[in-house]
Amino acid sequence: MIRTPLRPLARILSARQKGENPDAIERENLRLRHEEMRDRQRARAEGRLLILGLFFFAAFTVVGARMGSLAASDPVEPVATTSGASILAQRADIVDRKGRVLATNLATHSLYAQPPLMVDPVRAAEELARLFPDLDAGKLKKDFTGPRKFLWIKRRLSPEQMQAVHDIGDPGLLFGPREMRLYPNGSLAAHVLGGAGFGREGVRSAEVVGRAGVEKEFDTWLRDPANGGRPLELSLDLSVQAAVEEVLAGGMKLMQARGATAVIMDVRTGEVLSLASLPDFDPNDRPAPVPGRAPGDSPLFNRAVQGVYELGSTFKVFTVAQALDEGLVTVDTVMDTKGPLRWGRFTIRDFRNYGPRLTVREVLVKSSNIGTARVAEMIGADRQQDFLKALGFFEPTAFELAEAPTGRPILPKKWSEIVMLTVSYGHGLSASPLHLAAAYATIANGGVKVTPTLLRRTLPPEGGERVLSARAARDVLALMRETVQHGTASFADVPGYAVAGKTGTADKPNPQGGYYEDKVIATFAGVFPAHDPAYAIVVTLDEPVETSGTEPRRTAGWTATPVAAEIIRRAAPLLGLRPEVEPGAMPAVIRIRN
Amino acid sequence: MRSLVLVLTGLVVIGFAFWAYRENYRTQAALAETRQLQQEIAELREALAVQRAEWAYLNRPERLRELALLTFPRLGLVPIDADRFGRIDEVAYPPVFLGGLEGVIDTAALEPRMVEAGQ
Repeated sequence: MIRTPLRPLARILSARQKGENPDAIERENLRLRHEEMRDRQRARAEGRLLILGLFFFAAFTVVGARMGSLAASDPVEPVATTSGASILAQRADIVDRKGRVLATNLATHSLYAQPPLMVDPVRAAEELARLFPDLDAGKLKKDFTGPRKFLWIKRRLSPEQMQAVHDIGDPGLLFGPREMRLYPNGSLAAHVLGGAGFGREGVRSAEVVGRAGVEKEFDTWLRDPANGGRPLELSLDLSVQAAVEEVLAGGMKLMQARGATAVIMDVRTGEVLSLASLPDFDPNDRPAPVPGRAPGDSPLFNRAVQGVYELGSTFKVFTVAQALDEGLVTVDTVMDTKGPLRWGRFTIRDFRNYGPRLTVREVLVKSSNIGTARVAEMIGADRQQDFLKALGFFEPTAFELAEAPTGRPILPKKWSEIVMLTVSYGHGLSASPLHLAAAYATIANGGVKVTPTLLRRTLPPEGGERVLSARAARDVLALMRETVQHGTASFADVPGYAVAGKTGTADKPNPQGGYYEDKVIATFAGVFPAHDPAYAIVVTLDEPVETSGTEPRRTAGWTATPVAAEIIRRAAPLLGLRPEVEPGAMPAVIRIRN
Repeated sequence: MRSLVLVLTGLVVIGFAFWAYRENYRTQAALAETRQLQQEIAELREALAVQRAEWAYLNRPERLRELALLTFPRLGLVPIDADRFGRIDEVAYPPVFLGGLEGVIDTAALEPRMVEAGQ
């Protein structure tokens, strides 16, 4: 680099000769040099700024372009990163407690038509009507030749039907993939499963939506892809359910009943192993509700959960249990049962006159209304209400079915004295068979409350509320066992399974007021085995009549009880219960002096 | 010296370009294969679901009941009941095969060594 001196000698000398200040030259040169340095630095700084600007421009362009491309492009599954196995865009299966399939999906096709693409619309319409008898050829012809551009013809096609439509060979008949919900077991557990239908529909796919039952209750869960195809495990046992439905259907036919329902429940966990309601339907082809008809008569109606009935003498167990629990009576306390019992304008009678005096044991075993009403008098209306409330009779069951909230018990408006007396033997309060099963399970569980559930549990839930002392529960269970051994429920005795239970026959309320003379709801509620309770069972028949004798018999002991016994006989071995010899009273050594 | 560096740099660039080109094609091939495999997995999974549905359909209790009825003369299947439970000590030991000879005396008379060996 060539440096120009600040004081060039030639200019200094000439300036001195002219008498000028030579310092001015130096200052001038210094100034020029500074200006030059400043210009250079500015140019450098500007260059750097330019590069930085270019860098930022490029960076922002890349970010912007990437954002634009992400926003504008179609989403694709990442191919390289994941295996794609963890996410399944399929509705989850429903399985029973042993993993047997109750509901699954099947890929099928739907059929739609685009008339503008059709070659020979008339022939296509005729061929279609020939293939599917439920289609009307005239209407199809009108649709195909009219102004319509698109129409659905069939929601679901089997592969054979699809081939047959293919063979028609019209380019205007098109297929869209459809995921279909399949219930391989047909009408088995129909009321639990409910059914599914299509929600929003497109050509390429359609949304499967639960219509009732667990399909509706767990709709969000079943659709959630985050579950990774994990099935919904129910507490039901398929083989037990099949046996129960078979026996119940036979019993319903034999007893000429309009409807029947059965519930089997694990008394420790509250798992429902079988829930049957007849008449039933096929969830693969769920019928539409018939308007105008009473919903209670529809096959869609779940009698076990939605149906609330006066459950009759099965409630006597609760009255006696409460009195035993509160120490008001012992099993040997003698009650006055001289009838009829008059209360204002009401009269309480027994089915037959049992004599003027019965012990509490006999009151339950013989099912005396008067005796139970006398026990209820000792308890009082308030405490009776509290006890029934604790057993869950005041609220719909917290059961995992979409219909469960509709099974709201019908309570008397005012809990007067007469209501207290009638409720003590099961009249005036309507509840569902599931309520009853849960309450019996609570007694069998040693008095700790059991909540019914449809989901498989491995452990009993913690922190069940105690509603009854273990001692009272044991005593009342022993009384129920005696009822089966030599009381009203003697037909329920199944050898090896020590059934304990109670029958209940309630007159059906007439919608016009009062009660029917010859229509009853017959119920058997019980627990087995009595010495080590494992399962609770409730069987209810609607308007049964047993006509093998000289006159028709309607009491539960003749109708619901034999059906329940047959169910236990069939279901208990399937549940893995080994028949046992009941531990009885040990034979005492008696000293005899002769 | 300088031209040598230039030539070497050029060669390295060409080498890298060639490597990148090959890697690109290999990646694309791998992605295509993955895509095809996933398609296959999806198809197999669908087939599996169909098989499972068919299995469940063929094993539905109603059908099994009918089959049990049809094959009753041969298989004699009846619903399980309480009599079907046994205890392990009720199971008999399989009978010891004695070569068709039941009596001890016969055995001893025919083959004395067998008795000796047994002792």
